Amino acid sequence: MPDFSALTARFAPVKPLLPWLLLALALVAPFALSSYDLNLLARFMAMGILALGLVLIWGHGGILSLGQGVFFGLGGYAIAIHMKLADLPDGEIPDFMVWSGRESLPIWWEPFTSPLFTLAAIVIIPTLAGALFSWAVFHRRVGGTYFALITQALSLAFATLIISRQDVTGGFNGLTDFYSIFGVGLASPGTGSALYWVTLAVLCVAFIALRWLLASRFGILLRASRDGENRVRFLGYNPTPFKVAAFAIAAMLAGVGGALFTLHAGVVSPALIGVVPSIEMVVWVAIGGRYSLAGAIVGALLVNLARDAVSSAFPELWLYLMGALFIFVVTLLPRGLAGLAKGKAA
Amino acid sequence: MDALFLNQLFNGASLASLYLLAALGLALSFGLMRVINMAHGEMLMLGGYLAWMTLLVVPGAMGIILAIPVAFIGAAAMGGLIQSTLIRRLSARPLDTLLATWGVSLILQQGARDLFGAVGVEVRAPEWLTGSFVAFGVTLPSARLFIIAIAALVLGALALVLLKTRIGLLVRAVNQDRMMASATGIDVRRVDLTVFCLGSGVAGLAGVMLALLGPVTPNVGQSYIIPAFLVVVMGGLGSIVGTTASAIILGLFAALAQIFVDVSVAQMLLLVFVILFIQVRPQGVVAVKTRQLDA
Repeated sequence: MPDFSALTARFAPVKPLLPWLLLALALVAPFALSSYDLNLLARFMAMGILALGLVLIWGHGGILSLGQGVFFGLGGYAIAIHMKLADLPDGEIPDFMVWSGRESLPIWWEPFTSPLFTLAAIVIIPTLAGALFSWAVFHRRVGGTYFALITQALSLAFATLIISRQDVTGGFNGLTDFYSIFGVGLASPGTGSALYWVTLAVLCVAFIALRWLLASRFGILLRASRDGENRVRFLGYNPTPFKVAAFAIAAMLAGVGGALFTLHAGVVSPALIGVVPSIEMVVWVAIGGRYSLAGAIVGALLVNLARDAVSSAFPELWLYLMGALFIFVVTLLPRGLAGLAKGKAA
Repeated sequence: MDALFLNQLFNGASLASLYLLAALGLALSFGLMRVINMAHGEMLMLGGYLAWMTLLVVPGAMGIILAIPVAFIGAAAMGGLIQSTLIRRLSARPLDTLLATWGVSLILQQGARDLFGAVGVEVRAPEWLTGSFVAFGVTLPSARLFIIAIAALVLGALALVLLKTRIGLLVRAVNQDRMMASATGIDVRRVDLTVFCLGSGVAGLAGVMLALLGPVTPNVGQSYIIPAFLVVVMGGLGSIVGTTASAIILGLFAALAQIFVDVSVAQMLLLVFVILFIQVRPQGVVAVKTRQLDA
């Protein structure tokens, strides 16, 4: 392992200031950036919300999920379905359904006409799905590598299902062409920056809540079951509810992040939530630092900025770079960028 | 029984053979090292491309027979390279190994895309594999029968190696108790490497079989590797019998489910089936008896 100690020693005093520095930058961004760049930043911040959840389960819980895209997608599709319905004149159905030969709305689309139901669904559906799924696996004491492989199968199955149900999900192209959200035009001036502030607020709340959670007894037990699940059992605790709760919270954050992302990006599609994007989400956190909340946000921003810069100019190069990043960060920098600030690497 | 059912039963058998060939290497090295190589699917891809190149050099009826050892050796060499340069360094961190080898998989896929193109290459099956037999009113394509036969042969050969040779003895020893095996003077790292090469080679061989069924594309391995992961999850730690049984169960399940639902729902059902299965038997189809708590 390379010696970063000289570098980290110099950086160490700045470390407690980092979250504040980030917040300050985020606060001035709307006044300094063009609306295009602000939209991009807001998108990356929505991804940062998902990344926070990965710090909780992967960094502190030792649960590697290669299926966060599923929950991101559940939130994203919930809001997308609502916006599709909101833009429709009475009695009509979305155009892609007409092209696929449908004549009526699928029954499970109906409740999404209500804004209130949609908001609840964005939070509740991913949380419940995450809780049920993880409970089914964890309560039989299956975890570690097995769990990671099962989550990957989940994200494959989810993306395949969406692609094949073209008539009700928009298929491979996903859902796009949104015009308004809760009665406000998406293109009207001010909407973009208002959505930015909402995203920033959610990110801050999630950050503070997780910070508190990780410092609480819950956090201690989570880390304990990461380091020695059986020892925790011998001490009289059942680790399963803690792991399930952590996974459900991460799923909820992924869902909320997905909904906000969909608002900013104006599209949700299987290409954003399948197997490859799901595992890319892990690399954001790996690079930022899997144990550090601030690191995960920075990681999500940096990787996506780099992706944006590299993949528009050299699309093939990005996959090589991505592969190399995975190998590099895991072998040489297991604590990610935050590890550099920690004073000791590894 | 109607023809559709029998037909899917046969398809299930050939699917199970492919799952088995893809999963054997994964299961063997998982039993030894507790790590999964996410780039294992790219060993299938490599095998496919090696078959294609072999057939360019040696066209004709016997090219495909020659392709089998070529793909085996090529994929084994690539597997050995990945094991000795990367996985070995991460031996105590199974989840990090998943991520690092996923990086390798991305690079290999993109490499294949740059070298051979994204569209994929077609391997022309020799004439003796293009025909088909009819039995019980079901058409059995020779290529699929060939795949089933090869899978059975590989399984038999592997069982012989594990049960009758010295290296097999060492593998079983390390599989049972790594620390103890190391203490008796077995070079466990060499055993790791050997098993890894062997498993990758088998995956390369499976790639040749895939090439008989369809075009070889840069991500041809991806469609088989995730079911193969599920086979490993369901099989039980490092057990060849368990892996074989779970490959057969999942192959048949996937094929038979397609009688009632389409492919994408069948895929979802496959996952649901595995999750339901671990409710009943979390230790897998075959559990190796152990007194270790953290097996």
